[in-house]
Amino acid sequence: MTRLAHADIQAGRLSSEQLAQNFADIAPPLDRQQALLAAQRCFYCYEAPCTVACPTGIDIPSFIKRISSDNLKGAATDILSANILGGACARVCPTEILCEGSCVRNKDDDKPVQIGALQRYATDWVYASGTQLFERAAATGRRVAVVGAGPAGLACAHALARHGHEIVIFEALERSGGLNEYGIAAYKVPGFVQAEIDWLLGIGGIRIEHGRELGRNLALVELQRDFDAVFLGLGLGAVNALGLPGEHLEGVRNAVDFIAELRQCADLSRMPVGRRVVVIGGGNTAIDAAIQSRRLGAEEVTMVYRRGPETMGATVVEQAFARDEGVRIVHWARPLAINGENGVVEEVQFAYTKPGPDGRPLDTREVFTLAADSVLKAIGQVLDPVEGPALKGGRIAVDAEFRTSLPKVWAGGDCVGGKVDLTVQSVEDGKRAAASIHSSLNVSAG
Amino acid sequence: MADISSNFIGVRSPNPFWLASAPPTDKAYNVIRAFEAGWGGVVWKTLGLDPPVVNVSSRYGAVRLGERRIAGLNNIELISDRPLQVNLDEIRRVKRDWPDRAMVVSLMVPCDELSWKTILPMVEDTGADAVELNFGCPHGMSERGMGSAVGQVPEYVGMVAAWVKQHSKLPCIVKLTPNITDIRHPARAAFKGGADAVSLINTINSITTVDLDLMAPTPTVDGKGTHGGYCGPAVRPIALNMVAEIARDAGMRGKPISGIGGIGNWRDAAEFMALGCGTVQVCTAAMHYGFRIVDDMIDGLKNWMDSKGYRRLDDFVGKAVPNVTDWQFLNMAYDIKARIDQDKCVQCGLCHIACEDTSHQAITKQKDGVRHFEVIDEECVGCNLCMHVCPVDGCITMERVDAGGYRNWTTHPNNPMRKAEA
Ligand SMILES: Cc1cc2nc3c(=O)[nH]c(=O)nc-3n(C[C@H](O)[C@H](O)[C@H](O)COP(=O)(O)OP(=O)(O)OC[C@H]3O[C@@H](n4cnc5c(N)ncnc54)[C@H](O)[C@@H]3O)c2cc1C
Ligand SMILES: Cc1cc2nc3c(=O)[nH]c(=O)nc-3n(C[C@H](O)[C@H](O)[C@H](O)COP(=O)(O)O)c2cc1C
Ligand code: SF4
Ligand code: SF4
Ligand code: SF4
Repeated sequence: MTRLAHADIQAGRLSSEQLAQNFADIAPPLDRQQALLAAQRCFYCYEAPCTVACPTGIDIPSFIKRISSDNLKGAATDILSANILGGACARVCPTEILCEGSCVRNKDDDKPVQIGALQRYATDWVYASGTQLFERAAATGRRVAVVGAGPAGLACAHALARHGHEIVIFEALERSGGLNEYGIAAYKVPGFVQAEIDWLLGIGGIRIEHGRELGRNLALVELQRDFDAVFLGLGLGAVNALGLPGEHLEGVRNAVDFIAELRQCADLSRMPVGRRVVVIGGGNTAIDAAIQSRRLGAEEVTMVYRRGPETMGATVVEQAFARDEGVRIVHWARPLAINGENGVVEEVQFAYTKPGPDGRPLDTREVFTLAADSVLKAIGQVLDPVEGPALKGGRIAVDAEFRTSLPKVWAGGDCVGGKVDLTVQSVEDGKRAAASIHSSLNVSAG
Repeated sequence: MADISSNFIGVRSPNPFWLASAPPTDKAYNVIRAFEAGWGGVVWKTLGLDPPVVNVSSRYGAVRLGERRIAGLNNIELISDRPLQVNLDEIRRVKRDWPDRAMVVSLMVPCDELSWKTILPMVEDTGADAVELNFGCPHGMSERGMGSAVGQVPEYVGMVAAWVKQHSKLPCIVKLTPNITDIRHPARAAFKGGADAVSLINTINSITTVDLDLMAPTPTVDGKGTHGGYCGPAVRPIALNMVAEIARDAGMRGKPISGIGGIGNWRDAAEFMALGCGTVQVCTAAMHYGFRIVDDMIDGLKNWMDSKGYRRLDDFVGKAVPNVTDWQFLNMAYDIKARIDQDKCVQCGLCHIACEDTSHQAITKQKDGVRHFEVIDEECVGCNLCMHVCPVDGCITMERVDAGGYRNWTTHPNNPMRKAEA
């Protein structure tokens, strides 16, 4: 067998120093002077368009004004009362399509106020100092089960805990955070995710049970029976398959699994990566897998997407970033087959596509192949089927208040997927669901 | 190219830009550097009688405004802290080496005739061109019966000016303190006493900031602070008004004025001059950026004068004075409305909320359900608040909409004290 000769997947392609540099904070924090300068560019708009564009509705002009007067506690309270994961969002939000994309300064000065960076500046000290900004109401005696410790579940749990309810979060994996911990690109959140969660749990009244998976060692009916309400924040646990010959070959894997392994890898010099990597897909996952492969030392990384740049899930900024990192992006091509020898991947065969009459891509006759040591599939995550709640479009169906078809069961985040699959949207879902749950619990004030 | 040479009460200088009496003019070293940089003249840092005063450390407090580090500066410095003879020797030497530059010597001595009689011949002997009487310093010296303690009593101002004219042939400028209710009183007294000119303003009594940890005003000297003198860009509007009050006063019209207060570029200077100042003096801007700022003042003023066809300073000095009037004579028939340039508008909403909350509810925030800002003419009173709050240059302008005519308050029917219409 000449396995290694074909699939060159190895750890330690770069020195530890180089790896440390490649996975360090991609957007280092602003110091006070930089923050004051950045804050000064804000016009303090009335009914500000940036706030409208923030899925959690953070009062952006208000918190920026507070930064200007060194009122960081006020600024952080502004942010975190609208978005309890404001620290993570400051780092991971694609601001170019959210708040910063709507900032009026794009019009008069061609560049927005650095809202994300300022949000981080205003909140960083909160986690560092452990200051609790919110107080928990007197215990109500009501108990709520939250399934999934991702952004949606955590946001929901915190809001309910503040109201004095008692929360148990059931999480399948070993660590909390959902994709913040297992999915987000490593250089966006170095050393941050668990610190933020520790701070969030500081409100009290929230217990997390790890290793508890709904459908395996946990049943929804039991939760409905034992708790006053249930919130499902399951995310998207499964991945779309290509449905191609060769998908089972060694060296072919889901991009999310590669990223999760990387995120959990304590020593990146032990994280294997292919020499020639082919990433299939055009969304955030594909981009992140491609860039992180490069940063681990892959020699050649090619992202192949079946349509044009406009319809890519990855924003223009992310696409440019990937190109800057030396990722080659091939548009309008679709994989036909993954070929290998001795059970190990060798190449991927593609057909060029072109826009059909309805905009959907159609194969052309032209084909090409890319040699590959590693193939990362990133053509979309899907809901891992759950028994019980009605589905709609492959996700859990909810009403405007995030109630599912089942009594006492709410759901939010990627598993309901109303608008965009983003951290910030999941936080908003969790927050809104909590408001609905709280009012259904009918606790009289006082 | 315009000629900006100046002859102010007989004191000649190649340009009207003088450094005000302050640290920039404290000693020969600084003054020579200033002359090398191109300054037209200096008012030497105020001299007193020996023994010299002693200054403290930490002397400045600053008001920041956004990126601007010094929007206003406050100081608790006193007059020159060097022996009198050292200053006089240096003044003599510098004037000898720089004969074409204005050398004015600022003086502050106790309020008795003998003191003035003593110091004046010593100054005259240096070859200096004029003296400036410092009646303005609001701290430290006033407690000793000098500076603004004199400047606040018009009779003293007149009396000292008279002594100076009596005991010296030098032209005499009286520097006025703004720490007074009506600037015209000390100005009139100065001219009545025989002063050739007034200069203004000296610094304004102020506390710049309060250190909320130390619970003390800044600048803080070992835990305590004191009121200081405020200067820099923030005081300019106050200075301009005081200059105008003197310039348009019936009894003082045309009297020489040297303008001071927040001047930092040619435009600031031109504004003071338009209100009647023959020369201008600068302190804070030089302390902020160094002497090189005079470059722009010199060619900026010339370029502007050329663009307006002014050939000499006299062509525009005082030209704005006739247009400073009393409120009651303003034309009430004049009417303007705000106009928003929709192409420039970035939709920040500031005009709307300013008008909505604090003015006349004359700017919409929506049109057909979308964000849109537009002036409602019937409600707009032409106050132009929105124009000032709009962050985009030239986005809101004011358009004249009246049909002409003139009517003022003196004959307005709502005026209980109206005069019969002529
Ligand atoms: C690779 C990648 C990169 C991304 N990058 C960004 C980015 O830069 N910016 C951004 O805004 N968004 C990004 N996203 C999207 C973002 O991470 C998600 O939108 C967000 O995490 C969704 O939150 P959630 O709480 O709904 O689900 P998740 O974060 O997926 O959390 C769900 C949690 O539920 C647990 N769980 C699932 N099933 C069960 C079960 N049966 N029983 C118990 N527990 C269960 C999971 O283990 C997990 O902890 C990225 C996503 C991916 C995949
Ligand atoms: C540190 C400092 C010291 C000053 N000392 C004197 C002085 O000795 N005599 C004087 O007449 N004015 C003094 N002034 C006032 C200035 O001459 C000037 O009138 C005032 O600063 C306003 O001008 P500006 O806004 O250009 O600074 C001083 C100002 C400062 C900042
Ligand atoms: S849109 Fe931009 S300028 Fe306006 S409030 Fe938001 S951040 Fe500030
Ligand atoms: S400006 Fe010069 S003299 Fe003043 S404190 Fe700074 S270093 Fe010292
Ligand atoms: S203040 Fe100026 S830019 Fe802002 S909405 Fe009004 S007109 Fe437009």
